[in-house]
Amino acid sequence: MMTIKYLSDLKKGEEATILGFDAESCKDIDFARDLEDRLLEIGFEEGLNVKILHEGPISRDPIAVRIGQMTVALRRMEAAAVRIYNGKS
Amino acid sequence: MSNKPQDVKQNIKVALVGSPNCGKSSLFNTLTGSRQKVANYPGVTVERRSGKYTTADNRTITLIDLPGIYSLKDRTLDERVSRQVITGTHVSESQPDLLLCVADSTNLRVHLRLVLELKHLGLPIILALNMHDMAQRDDIRIDPEILSKELGIPVVTTIAVRRASLDDLKNQLSKTLNDLPEKQEAVPVPTTRELQQQARDIAARALLSEGSQHKVTRQLDRVLLHPVFGIIIFFITLFGMFQLVYFWAAAPMDLIERGFATLQDLISNILPDNWFRSLLNNGIIAGVGSVLVFLPQIIILFTFILILESTGYMARAAFIMDRLMAMVGLNGRAFIPLMSSFACAIPGIMATRTIEHHRDRITTIMIAPLMTCSARIPVYALLIGAVVPNQPIIFGLFGLQGVVLFGLYLVGIVSALIVAMVLKMTLTKGVAQPFLMELPKYQLPVFRHLMINLWERVKTFLRRAGTIILYAAIGLWLLAQYPKKPIGGLEPDIFYSYAGIMGRALQHIFAPLGFNWEMSIALIPGMAAREVAIGALGTVYALQGNEGQVEQSLRTIIQSTWSLPTAFAFLAWYIFAPQCFATIATVRRETNSWGWTAFMTGYLFALAYFAAFVVNKTAIALLA
Repeated sequence: MMTIKYLSDLKKGEEATILGFDAESCKDIDFARDLEDRLLEIGFEEGLNVKILHEGPISRDPIAVRIGQMTVALRRMEAAAVRIYNGKS
Repeated sequence: MSNKPQDVKQNIKVALVGSPNCGKSSLFNTLTGSRQKVANYPGVTVERRSGKYTTADNRTITLIDLPGIYSLKDRTLDERVSRQVITGTHVSESQPDLLLCVADSTNLRVHLRLVLELKHLGLPIILALNMHDMAQRDDIRIDPEILSKELGIPVVTTIAVRRASLDDLKNQLSKTLNDLPEKQEAVPVPTTRELQQQARDIAARALLSEGSQHKVTRQLDRVLLHPVFGIIIFFITLFGMFQLVYFWAAAPMDLIERGFATLQDLISNILPDNWFRSLLNNGIIAGVGSVLVFLPQIIILFTFILILESTGYMARAAFIMDRLMAMVGLNGRAFIPLMSSFACAIPGIMATRTIEHHRDRITTIMIAPLMTCSARIPVYALLIGAVVPNQPIIFGLFGLQGVVLFGLYLVGIVSALIVAMVLKMTLTKGVAQPFLMELPKYQLPVFRHLMINLWERVKTFLRRAGTIILYAAIGLWLLAQYPKKPIGGLEPDIFYSYAGIMGRALQHIFAPLGFNWEMSIALIPGMAAREVAIGALGTVYALQGNEGQVEQSLRTIIQSTWSLPTAFAFLAWYIFAPQCFATIATVRRETNSWGWTAFMTGYLFALAYFAAFVVNKTAIALLA
């Protein structure tokens, strides 16, 4: 059995596989609109491996993640919409 | 009737399209060189870059560099303008004949999605796989032929920063332009997910080797984004930038000042003492000179900003500062423009172009003039020197004058943050915008492109100095010169002029702030630039001598005739008052809105009045 986790739960150095998107889990509905599309457009995609490379200096936010060949910066608030599977059962 | 086939279609227009960080603007710079123009699309603040390019077979075409976009969904102004131009529905830009789509070879999967989306819009496309050298270095191998077959469009590889690498592209451009395919009808675009799936399938077939992430970038980021060292380096960079802005700019600024002074002397020697000489010397040269003297600082700041941008560090700076800026509802991208505004608000406001979201950008522009710019320093220095004793405080660690100066900076910053917060809750209210951005690979800046972009920015500033600031200088001169002093008048000339009349009328409004009529009059020519008020005060008090002597006499006059509450109220006024035509003109251009320009001017004057009033009354109460 695997536990459902979100990208925002990961710490620096941790890796995971993207399972899908859950923009509806955002509190702000207007904010969540388009969020999935935006994440897809910048390069997040099911099945891809993500790794947290860096964390912002205050409250460990935002985060910089490696995805494919690139590094993407996002806030944990946005990362909360990315469902991941980090291999632990 | 045409005798050559290429005469059939004149004025061919090719649009460059691509995602942010694909090197599109580099490619545009290399292709067009200095033959380019930058303007805004009418009614919006989206930059329109266009240029000329001559093909190998001597056909000159127009290239336009559309903004960097991830898709054409109308979410941002950039996306909307791009979609309108590409589909031929834009009000002023005609539909291009060909799209030159630029993709980052090191990130094919993501960039292919945009290519697929563009294909649905019916225009012929050439795909340039850019950053080919970087892809090779990272062991990423793409087969352009497979890609071309899969996409059904010509595919070439390019290294935008190297002219020699563009032969394939140039040949392909000539070939395609000589036999331009017909436009197709636009067909509905599938969902992002479907496009993504197709892009992934095609990338999988065309990618011969996946490669690895850019090594230098990975290693540099380990230091530059380090929670401790990253911040230290960031602040050292900023500190160094400011040191150099002041240190390097000092000599050329001095030179410009002396140059204008020499010019004024020359004119005084040649022309008889009449209205025309006064217009040239006291109006045009003094007015335009007071703005142009900031040119060295502006050039150095722009150079820094452009280097930070082109190397990829700007995105890291935004990353480091994002959390802090988020506290007042802004994003990390607002930080550098605001920092720049400490030297001069003009480059700061122009640098807000990197802020993608319109509302965030407006908010940043609105608060930029609150950062203490270098034109305020002469005013602060004069008043602090006159009214604040330089006694050591806190066990002799600090001087009182320095602490007061620091306090003035701090009040500006805190006010800016409060204004930003209030704006985000009221006028620029809206859905929170995601902070989602690619951290681009580090790259060395290309000197030639740097110079082209720098010249572009400097030109904009000079054009403004040559037009609106020139008119303002002439207008202010007229106000200060006419009508002339009546025979037997005892006050200085300016007292009887329109500026004097206005200043004396304003004095009724300024009386609660403790301002005397001399100060009120000086504020009118002081609209040209903040430090001009010092010279104007000299004129009002009829002081003689060179600049240094005038300042010395002014200090004495301030000490003997201004009360402390008055002097402090004047300082408080200068924290807020938008006494700078060049800034107001820049805001007008960058926001493309008279409404926002009027709002900014109005709210800053209102704050200045309020602050000066409170300071004056408080000081009176405390000293009583």
